[in-house]
Amino acid sequence: MIKKRLPVEVGKMRIGILALQGAVREHRNMLHRLNVETVDVLNPSDLDGIDGLILPGGESTTVGKLLVRYNLLEPIAELGRKGLPIFGTCTGMILLSKYINNSEQYRLGLMDTYVERNAFGRQLASFEADMAIPVLGDIPFHTVFIRAPYIDKVESNVKILLSWQDKILFAEQDNFLAVAFHPELTNDTRVHEYFLKNTIICST
Amino acid sequence: MNMSEINKETGTFAVKKGLAEMLKGGVIMDVVNPEHAKIAEEAGAVAVMALERVPSDIRAQGGVARMSDPEMIIGIQKAVSIPVMAKARIGHIVEARILEALDVDYIDESEVLTPADDVYHILKSDFKVPFVCGARNLGEALRRIGEGAAMIRTKGEAGTGDIVEAVRHIRRVNEDIQRVVSASPMELMSIAKELGAPYELVLQVKELGCLPVVNFAAGGVATPADAALMMELGCDGVFVGSGIFKSDNPAKRAKAIVEAVAHYKDAKLLAEVSKGLGEAMRGQSVAQMDDKEKIAGRGW
Repeated sequence: MIKKRLPVEVGKMRIGILALQGAVREHRNMLHRLNVETVDVLNPSDLDGIDGLILPGGESTTVGKLLVRYNLLEPIAELGRKGLPIFGTCTGMILLSKYINNSEQYRLGLMDTYVERNAFGRQLASFEADMAIPVLGDIPFHTVFIRAPYIDKVESNVKILLSWQDKILFAEQDNFLAVAFHPELTNDTRVHEYFLKNTIICST
Repeated sequence: MNMSEINKETGTFAVKKGLAEMLKGGVIMDVVNPEHAKIAEEAGAVAVMALERVPSDIRAQGGVARMSDPEMIIGIQKAVSIPVMAKARIGHIVEARILEALDVDYIDESEVLTPADDVYHILKSDFKVPFVCGARNLGEALRRIGEGAAMIRTKGEAGTGDIVEAVRHIRRVNEDIQRVVSASPMELMSIAKELGAPYELVLQVKELGCLPVVNFAAGGVATPADAALMMELGCDGVFVGSGIFKSDNPAKRAKAIVEAVAHYKDAKLLAEVSKGLGEAMRGQSVAQMDDKEKIAGRGW
């Protein structure tokens, strides 16, 4: 069960990374660069004692099925409802959403967001671009979008951190943080630091 | 920064390589029609490879194996939401352009099809769509990356259901990488010459300690244990060709292979998912084949 949540220093955190499929290694490297201990989450017991959880990019239908098969879906959703900070990138954003347009696929359903899968198109529409993200400071963030989703609608309790042409690409709601792009594919640690400092420390 | 002036770049190497990164830890399945594609997606495949005949049928039936009918590829794209890959013949620039026009997510420039060019591979950096290519050793992998491939797979010996060649190829790639990593900088040019690999890419391997792109297993995977073996040997994921739809119970076997790749270190789980799958594809032992029958030698 989740330990009592106390404010914790970044350097003393232990962050779980859902390791069923996808860009697990990149998130692990990112957190190690920030001197944060990580644990690969493959089974429910791996969730014990973590201060936060990352849902990496991958194939959302595959990850959703494996979450169900290994009895991880409900335990993670329950921890999330009790306040465990969760950060989802791409597939992670899809899994966090309550509403996935035109899909019945498995999800955690923790954020009041409506998400559209493969929203920009197939791989040929995948792109990279510099974008200004005010909460990360003045320097633009280099975003990489791979067959990416976006959020097209949110309830009023969701805070939008980046939107572009009416597409919501970065959002937070209480202890949940979701991005449509892949900060783990860059060398820029600012989104991960935002999760550690704002989502985890401020929400606990 | 004005958000109306965003400069969006598509078809970059980072974006091509990025999709392969997202497929890691997953299984890509050969499918020949939309029904197969749905079974693959339902089983948890991260992508499907659309082709007209699975490799074991190409082997059995002979003849020239070419790019698939666009109508079939479009049918599969409509049937599933996961990425759809398709194969072009080695060196067949126009098949690749057609596949790009069809908006496929990845092209496999594949030795499984009959090569169109016995000297040159496609200059893959000319395309916006990403390519995966087969390799038997580090030199071959780096030549393909030099031409622009954003993902590598072992060649194995497709359509045999015999894992021995895929194992040989990944072991060889690993040994070559170890040799580059432990060499002194002074030795690297000679190693590059010997491998037949671009020097700059050899330097990258030295620095990274691994291939600069994702490397999957392919060619001969027939069981969950085969798939887990390839992960154990350091592959990032697995392609399964004939192994699924040439077996007794494709849906069950496909699901078992997906689970085996996700949990490849968990022997108890592997035992569980390997139970009662029915007969695997009959297969053909590579050791008993003539060199002429082998397809891994196609390409250079």
